Amino acid sequence: MIQAAIAAGAGLIVFYLVVKALDLDLGYGFLSGPAGFNFSNQWLTNYDSNDSRLGAYGVGILNTVRLVAIGIVMTTVLGVLAGIARLSDNWLVSRVAMVYVETIRNTPLLIQIVIWYTVVLLQLPRIAEAINVFDVFYLSNRALALPYVSTGGNFGPWLIIVVVGAVAAIVLRSWLRRREERAGGTQHATAWALALFAVVSVVTFFLTGTPLEPDTPSLEISEVGLLSIIGGLQVSPEFAAVLLGLVIYTGAFIAEIVRSGIQALPRGQDEAAAALGLSGYQRMTLIILPQALRVIIPPLTNQYLNLTKNSSLAVAIAYPEIIWVGKTMINNIGHAVPLFVLIFATYLSLSLAISVVMNTFNRRVQLAGR
Amino acid sequence: MRFSRLIILLFALFAIGMIAAACTADDNGDGDAAQGETLKTVLDRGVIKVGVKDSQPGFGNLEPDGTFAGQDIEFARALAAALFNNKNSVEFVVASAADRFELLSSAEIDVLIRTTTWTSSRDIDLNASFTVTTFYDGQGIIVNADSSIQTLADLEGSTICVTGGTTTEVNLATRLGAAGINHTALSFDGDAEILAAFGAGRCDAWTADKGNLAGQRANYPADAGGPDSLRILPVTLSKEPLGPVVRDGDTEWFDLVQWVVYGTMVADELGVNSGNMQAMAANPPNKDIATLLGVSFAGGAVSGFGASLGLSPTFMQNVIGQVGNYDEIYNRTIAKIGLERAGSLNASWLDGGLIYAPPIR
Repeated sequence: MIQAAIAAGAGLIVFYLVVKALDLDLGYGFLSGPAGFNFSNQWLTNYDSNDSRLGAYGVGILNTVRLVAIGIVMTTVLGVLAGIARLSDNWLVSRVAMVYVETIRNTPLLIQIVIWYTVVLLQLPRIAEAINVFDVFYLSNRALALPYVSTGGNFGPWLIIVVVGAVAAIVLRSWLRRREERAGGTQHATAWALALFAVVSVVTFFLTGTPLEPDTPSLEISEVGLLSIIGGLQVSPEFAAVLLGLVIYTGAFIAEIVRSGIQALPRGQDEAAAALGLSGYQRMTLIILPQALRVIIPPLTNQYLNLTKNSSLAVAIAYPEIIWVGKTMINNIGHAVPLFVLIFATYLSLSLAISVVMNTFNRRVQLAGR
Repeated sequence: MRFSRLIILLFALFAIGMIAAACTADDNGDGDAAQGETLKTVLDRGVIKVGVKDSQPGFGNLEPDGTFAGQDIEFARALAAALFNNKNSVEFVVASAADRFELLSSAEIDVLIRTTTWTSSRDIDLNASFTVTTFYDGQGIIVNADSSIQTLADLEGSTICVTGGTTTEVNLATRLGAAGINHTALSFDGDAEILAAFGAGRCDAWTADKGNLAGQRANYPADAGGPDSLRILPVTLSKEPLGPVVRDGDTEWFDLVQWVVYGTMVADELGVNSGNMQAMAANPPNKDIATLLGVSFAGGAVSGFGASLGLSPTFMQNVIGQVGNYDEIYNRTIAKIGLERAGSLNASWLDGGLIYAPPIR
C-alpha cells in the first residue's frame, strides 16, 4: 500500500517532468555559431571572438579545470596542515588553527571570494605603481606576472622524445632492479634511470633547436600612455581571488576531516611509535597519517566535489568559467534550457571523474579483508 | 508507521504541487493574452501592475525614502493617471533582467517598463510586443576624467570592465575587433563588484548602456572623486531603444499603452504642459490640442480618442495634469543624471531628435 502510493507519486512526478521536457527546444545547433565575446583569462588556448560557441564553452571548461586542479592540491596541503595544527600541543598553534576553521567554515563562500577580490587583491598597487622586481616580476592589481616559457616550433617532436625517454628510463630501472634481486649487490637503478632521462631530454632539447624559450613579462605603453603587462605567466586577481577563496574555505572543512581521522585512531598507535623512539614528524608521516587516511578519504572526496561545484561562484567576479560562459551565451542568444543541461552534464562529468579517481585511491589504501 | 505516513503525505503534497503548477502554467502562462482581457483585468483590480527596475537612477530606481523614481516610473504613473485618474494607482513589481519576460508572459505584470531594449529576437520570439521607444540609448564607454583615452582607437592595449547581462560583451568585441583594437574585457554580473574594480584601477574603461553609465556617474561616491572625476566618451557602440512592453495578442491594451505614451510626446510637440493644461482645456488654441485633451474646439463636436481606447475622453488631461508631457518627464528624471535632452537622439523631431509621435486626428 505504502510502496504503491510512493510509486504512484514518483510516477506522476516523472510523467510531469517528461511532458514538460518534450515542450522544450533542446537543439544544440546554435553552439556552432560564432560566440562573439572575448575571454579575460585563457589557459592553453588561443580563443578569438570569431570562434564557435562550442570553442568558447571549451575555454570555460579549461578555466574551471585549472581552478579545480590547482585548488584541490592547495586545499589538501592547507587542510592537512591545519588539521594537524589543531591537535598540536602548542597552545598558540592549535588556537590559531581553531580560529581559522571556525571563522572560515561558518561564513558564506561567496562573501569570502568577494572580500578576497575587492578588499585584498584590488588594493594591490595600480599598474602605474606596479611592484617591479628586476623587470621580470610585476605585481599590480592587473596581474601578478612571472617569467614563464613559451613553446617553439619543435616542441611537439621534443615532447614525444621526452616521453619515450621517460618510458625507457622506467624500463631500465625495473630491469636493473630485477638484476639487483638476482645477482645481489647495488645496481643504482634509480640513479641510472634518472641519468638516462636527463641525458635524453637535455641533448635532444638542443638538437631540436631549444623548443622552449624563456618568456619574461614586460611593461608596454600604448600611444596614448596606457600601461599593460605583456607576456610571461599572468595570474589575474580574479583567478587568484577565486582560488584563495576556494582553497581557504575548503581547507577549513578538510582540517576537521583530518583532525577527526587522526583522533579516530587509538592513542596506542602514537604512544607505541613514541616508545620505538620515532620523532614527532616520523610518527605523523609513518604511523598516524597512513592509517588515518582510511577514515579521511571518503569525506575528503566530498570536499573535492564541493570545491568543484563551488568554483561556479567565480562568476561573481568576472572569472570566465563554465557558468560565466553559459550565462553570457544565454544573455546573447537565449537557449537557456539546452545550455543549463550542458552545464549540468559538464559538472556531473567533472565530479564523477574526481569520484572515480578518489574511489580507486580509497580501495588501494583500505585494509584488505575489511 | 507514523514515519511512513509522513512520507506518503509529503509525496502527495509534492505531487499535488506539481500538478497545480502544471495547470496554472497551462492556463495563463504561455498563451497570448486575449483581446481586451488585460484592460478588463486592470480596471477590475483598480491598480495597474508594472514591472520596473529598482537600481538604475534616472530610469527605475528605489530612492532612499522608499519611493520609486525615474523615466520608466513616470510612464507607469502616466498609465495609472490615464486609467484611474490617479497616478498613484500603480503597483511596482521589481523585475530582474532574467525574469522580466516571464513576469510579463505569466500576467504577473500588465506592462513591463524596465529599460528593456527592443530587439528583433525579443519582439518575435518572446511573448512580448514593444509599444513605443521612450528613450534611445546606446552602449557607451566611461573613463576617469584625467584618462588619456579620448576615442575608440585610444583603447588599444586597455583593460575594459563590462556590465554583463545583455549584449554588451558582444557589442564591445565586435566594434573593437573590427577596428583591430587589442583589449582585455572583464565582464561582471553585479554593479557593486564592477564599481570596486573600476574604482581600484583594475580597468582603464567601463562599458555599459549610456543611460546606465550616466546614472552611475551621477551617483559616483564623493570619496572616490564624485561625478566630475568621470567622463563619458562621445562614442556609441550600439543601438538600444528602450520602452514599455506588453504581451502579444491583446492589441487593445497595446494601443492604450502606446497612445498614452504618444500622448505625452504630442503634448510636448504642441506645447501643452502641466502648467498650462487647464487653460488650454478651457480654451483650446487649435484643433490638435482640443483633440488631445478631449474637449470641443470652437463649439464643434468633441473629437477625443479616449473613448475608443476604453478610457475617459479627457484621459490626457489627467496624464498631463498629474505627470506632465514627455519633456517634463525627461527633465525630472534623465536630465537629473546629466544626460541633456537638447541635441541628443531623444530631442523632439522638431529639434532634430528621434522623439516623434504619429499625428493625433
